[in-house]
Amino acid sequence: MPGVDQQLAALADPSRRAIFEMLILDASSVGELAERLPISRPAVSQHLRVLGEAKLVLHRRDGTRNIYRVNPEGLQTLRNYLDAMWSRALRDFKAAAEATFNKAGKERS
Amino acid sequence: MNTAVREIMVRKSVVVNAPVAHVFAVFTEGHDTWWPRDHHIGGCKEFTAILEPRVGGRWFERGDDGSECDWGRVLAWDPPHRLVVSWDIGADWKPDPSLGTEVEITFIAEGVQRTRVELTHRKLERYGDKAESMRAMFESDGAWAATLATMAKAAERASR
Repeated sequence: MPGVDQQLAALADPSRRAIFEMLILDASSVGELAERLPISRPAVSQHLRVLGEAKLVLHRRDGTRNIYRVNPEGLQTLRNYLDAMWSRALRDFKAAAEATFNKAGKERS
Repeated sequence: MNTAVREIMVRKSVVVNAPVAHVFAVFTEGHDTWWPRDHHIGGCKEFTAILEPRVGGRWFERGDDGSECDWGRVLAWDPPHRLVVSWDIGADWKPDPSLGTEVEITFIAEGVQRTRVELTHRKLERYGDKAESMRAMFESDGAWAATLATMAKAAERASR
């Protein structure tokens, strides 16, 4: 896997970010992306190449066209971090919510 | 290839053995009672975590010296079923109101005393704009890596 560095550097460019966001919504060809952006097809291709090298997008062949889509494993490091953080927070939350409920029940009875 | 395209997000859920109204109240009014003590970004070690109960309300920490540090804003407030807050903490652990990642929490009554809490942290691709701060974070392997390792272990224990 490329470093998270490379992935974030790839997304720091506004055009690549726009392409990436469009691909989050729907898989698209170079032509479809270029129609909706103020940049040329060669420029779109170049940006897709950078996104592909960063493992942020994948493509498959469809006849004479390549269809691009988001690589769901992109930004895995960041996801892993936040995943661990929320696991910890929800575990502590569950403990607090159950402890206060049980305490209230005992006081009622 | 037939994998659905996914937004970049993290999803977690937990079942709490208590009624939905109680669970929502502990999450919000009781925010400080459970928020992990090492998950904060202000300068004070001792702090109170506060979630203001209304749309537009602040989500922030107040240090025991009175200093405040914003984490995000309340975007949707629908007690006792749903809450959406923005998470505007940059990867360099500084407040960044322009970040705009979102945390949605839904509270689903599965029984009189059983509530499923589902949490989705989404729009994570927005971190992509902050490459400089992200790089700083991942390259500083001291406190950051230690925190991550501790949390990963805690999460493993919790999921056993």
